[in-house]
Formats: sequence, C-alpha cells, structure tokens
Amino acid sequence: MTASTLATSSAAPPTRSAGPRSGRIRATLTRARTALGPSGIVAALFLLAVVVFALIAPLVAPADPNAQSLLDAYAGPSPEHLLGADGIGRDILSRLIYGSRTSLLGPALVVLVALAVGIPLALAGAWYGGAVDAVVARVFDLVYALPGLLLAVLAVALFGPGLTPAVVALSIAYVPFLARVVRAAARQQRVSPYVDALAVQGFGAARINVRHILRNITPVVLGQAAIAFGYALLDLASLSYLGLAVQAPTADWGVMVSDTDALMKGYWLPVVLPGLLIVACVLSLTVLGSRISGERPQPYLRRRRPRPAQDQRRRADRTSRSGDQP
Amino acid sequence: MNQQAGRTPSEAPAVSADGLGKVFRVPDGRGGHTTHAAVRDVSFEVAAHGSLGIVGESGSGKTTIARMLVGLERPSSGTIAVMGRDRSRPPRRGAERNRRAHELQIVFQDPYTSLDPRQSARSAVDEVIRHHTSLDGPQRAERLAELVDQVGLTNRQADARPCDLSGGQRQRVAIARALAAGPRVLVLDEAVSALDVSIQAQILNLLADIRAATGIAYLLISHDLAVVRQLCDDVLVLRRGRVVEQGACARVLDHPTQEYTRALRAAAPVPGWRPPGVAR
Repeated sequence: MTASTLATSSAAPPTRSAGPRSGRIRATLTRARTALGPSGIVAALFLLAVVVFALIAPLVAPADPNAQSLLDAYAGPSPEHLLGADGIGRDILSRLIYGSRTSLLGPALVVLVALAVGIPLALAGAWYGGAVDAVVARVFDLVYALPGLLLAVLAVALFGPGLTPAVVALSIAYVPFLARVVRAAARQQRVSPYVDALAVQGFGAARINVRHILRNITPVVLGQAAIAFGYALLDLASLSYLGLAVQAPTADWGVMVSDTDALMKGYWLPVVLPGLLIVACVLSLTVLGSRISGERPQPYLRRRRPRPAQDQRRRADRTSRSGDQP
Repeated sequence: MNQQAGRTPSEAPAVSADGLGKVFRVPDGRGGHTTHAAVRDVSFEVAAHGSLGIVGESGSGKTTIARMLVGLERPSSGTIAVMGRDRSRPPRRGAERNRRAHELQIVFQDPYTSLDPRQSARSAVDEVIRHHTSLDGPQRAERLAELVDQVGLTNRQADARPCDLSGGQRQRVAIARALAAGPRVLVLDEAVSALDVSIQAQILNLLADIRAATGIAYLLISHDLAVVRQLCDDVLVLRRGRVVEQGACARVLDHPTQEYTRALRAAAPVPGWRPPGVAR
C-alpha cells in the first residue's frame, strides 16, 4: 500500500507538466510495476512478446510455415533455418511463430466463453443467496467433478476432431474453475455495507453487481482468468498432441510436440522447442495470474527492503566461515 | 433548535412505526432452527423535522430497526410509514424503490466499509445525484460542489479514494452521499461510534448544522447517551427488543422513571466512575 501510494505521488509532478492523460498512464504503469513485482513483469513482458509475434506472424516469420523442402529435412540450425527444419523440411521458427496463433486463440476462446457463462451465474448466486445460490453452487460442483480433458474427448468422439468441439467442451469444463472464485469474491462484497448503502439508494441489482461488485473483484477475476488461460493452453496442446483438436498440417505447438517421428530419429529440436514455449507460457500466466489476483508481492518487497543489513550479515557469515578455514 | 421556526405543527410524522417486530430464524446447531425475536412490538414516531434517538445496549435491536426502516430487512410484524407512505413490504418496482430512497437515507456505522473502495467521494455522490435527479452536467456539478462544501470536504479529499481518507472524512463522504438523494429523513446508525471523540464532536456539529439548514428529520441510533442528548429532541430506550421508556430527551435522560434507563445512564464512564459489580 505504502509503496504504491509513494509511487503514485512520485509520478504526480510530471502529471501537471505533461498533461493529465500521459500522467495517468504513467501513474498506472508505476502502479502496475509495483503490483506485479519483478517476476510478474518478466512474465508479462514475455507474454506480450508472444502475443505480438502471434499478431504480426506474417511480418516476422522468415518462411511459409507449411512450405516443404525435402532436401532440408531435419536440417540443423543455419542462417537459412535459424532453428532448423522438421522431417519434411518446414522451417521450425516460422512454425513456432505461426503456431502461437492457434495455440493462443483456443485458450482465449475457452476463457472468454467460460467467463461469459460463469460470471452472470456466480454473481446471481452471490446476490440472491438461498436457493438460487445453492443450485448454482451445486451445478458448479457437478461440472467441476468432470475432468475437462475427458469432456473434450467425449465431444470429439461425438462431433469429430477439430478445435471447435474441443474449445466448446473445455469452455464448459472451465466455467466452475472461474465462477467458483468469482462467486466467493462476490459473496464477500455482497455482505459489505457499501452494497447495502447502494441498495438503500435505490440502485438495482444489475447495476450494483456490474458497476460496483464486479469492478471491485476484477483483479481476482483477471488473475484467475490468466491461470485458467494457462491450463486451457496446456489442455488444448495435449488434445492437439493426441490429434483431437488442431489437425496435423496446421502449425500448432501441441501438434509440433507430437512429432514422434523426429524424436525416434534423434532430432529433439522440433519437439522440445514448442514444448518449452508451452511451459514458458503456462508458467508466465500462472505467475501473472497470482500477482494480479492479489497474492501480493508486498511481503517480498518488505523482506527485500532491509537488504543492506542482510548483505552485511551474509558478508559477515562468509568472513567468519573463511576465518574458520585455516 | 428543537422547534423549527415557521413549520406547521400539523405535518404528518416523518416516520411512524407501529407494533414493529422482527423474528430471526437461528440455526440451533442440531440441524434445526429456533427463533429469536430481535424487535418486539416497538412503536414510535419521528415528527417532521424532528429528531429521535434510539438508545440501548448491544443486541437490543437498534440496528435491526434501522435495517427495517431502510428496507434491508422485512418486518415480521407491524407497519412502518415514512412521510405517510407505508413501506412494510419490499418495493415492487424500481420507481417505488427510488421514491423510498428519496424519502429516507441512512449513514452506516462503519465508515471504513460503507463506501465502495474503488470509487472517489465525488463519483460516489455524483452517481446518486445522477440517479435521483434529472439535472444536466453543469447543474449536477453545482449540486455536487454544494454537497461537498456542506459536509466540509476539501476538493482534494473529494477526489480521493476512501483508502486515502481518514475515518471522519469518510463519514463526511457517507453523509454527503446520503444527502445527495435529498431525503426528508436521515437514519444515523451509530454514525459516530467508530470515530474518536474529537472527530465525533465535529461530525455531530456538522449534523446539527445540516439539520438547521435543511430541516431534515433525524433518527439517531446510538449506545452513547451524550450523543443522543446533544442531537435529539426525543429518545426511546430499547432493551432486548422492547421499548423500556420513551419521551422527551431531557426528561428521560435527566429523570428516568425506569430502572434500566437509570442503569444505562450509570454505565456511562464519567470521572470517578466505578462500574458496579466489578471486583476491586
């Protein structure tokens, strides 16, 4: 708290000189930096880079991701193919860049649909309580008990393989993952006197929920959404790996990891690189998510503040230890 | 201050409660329910432009009465009318809800939780003005400035979020927000209890000034007899949900006829106070 207020006030003077808007942006950035902490910033920057690359893929990819040249099969890294080529000579770097598109689009859809379904249900449950809440909560529990992957496999069995059935099934499975957190946070707001005050002012339930409760729990929702995004990315990559979601010729990280042919022939680059990207994305999303949702970095900040003393102690340890050694 | 000059005495009472009761269902810990009567057969009136204090110890039903008045709890029995209009049942429509909000507002006890943490004072008050009036932009800004000024907030405080304000400042915001709807009656539910004594005095003076300026009726709920004495014409003493004694403030507090009122008065810590029944 103190850190963020200090940061905001230190950003205040340029507000006046550079106009209100740029000042506000700068203040927001400062606040974000304090809230995210170093690991959160690294995660955010990495994800930003991935998203930017996905958006401008045709501009940055050195080659067509599907262009084959059998002469280059399993070529190692070279100026022509920076990260080498796969079994039919497709440029791995280009496939990774283009693959980020399907790999991010799927989970984005899953999270958006799950939020669109889950938030209204969760808010209604928290607002009305009683029987409504009981029904909503039990439905969430019921869906929560179904493994998302199993549901997706079922959907694929019914509707055939492809991204759409997998995304729809996972969306349903992810509703409780998001909505349970929303409900818990909204219940907490519901009993808070400011909500009573708004009701006494004559504001309707919809307005209070959207303009006040939802706004107050936004960090929790965003944080959980980021974590869900990571899990959904992993789930969809697994499904693509199994050949159930994104189909083979399309560049996708999950599809690329399933290139067992390359592995058996001893070429690990085409398989390990997309795997690393998946891991890095999921990790970043989890870190970012927990930072946003208010697992605050403050204790760490506080621990870091008396660093000089700690360093001295460490130095003292070292000297004493070196003193012990003859 | 007790009599507002030039008011007609025949005006309908601002609030009248008749035979008010509230029974809560309480889980008995064995899966069943028992009932607890928080308020039993309470009747009172607040005269137009008048002020009534409700006093009693914790759990005597004071806050339950306030919550029934503003519509946050539904009375189990009895009737409530504000400005002559019944509000014993929940409002059917939004228009009815707004009219009730327009008639009676409340300031809650805890200034730390009764404001939306993400909303500046200005925006909280502006939201209410926008909801209850059809003023255009400049008129609204004028009314907003007037309210901010009336409760003694500076412009900088009005732009701050609740977390950057002190308890007293927050309670000023809460009062401004309550006044924004232009109510005829203001319920003050322990509105100064969470504040320290010097700030209490400031807020009480502010409330007295507002009443003198607007002729709004007060229903003050407090456990503090001094606060009630300072602000109220009439007082009602409540014990375990029942009315023990009621009447003019000066009479009841200075010459209580009931043992309980005497005990309440004796329980107030004054210099030389010795709580009875405490081993020394």
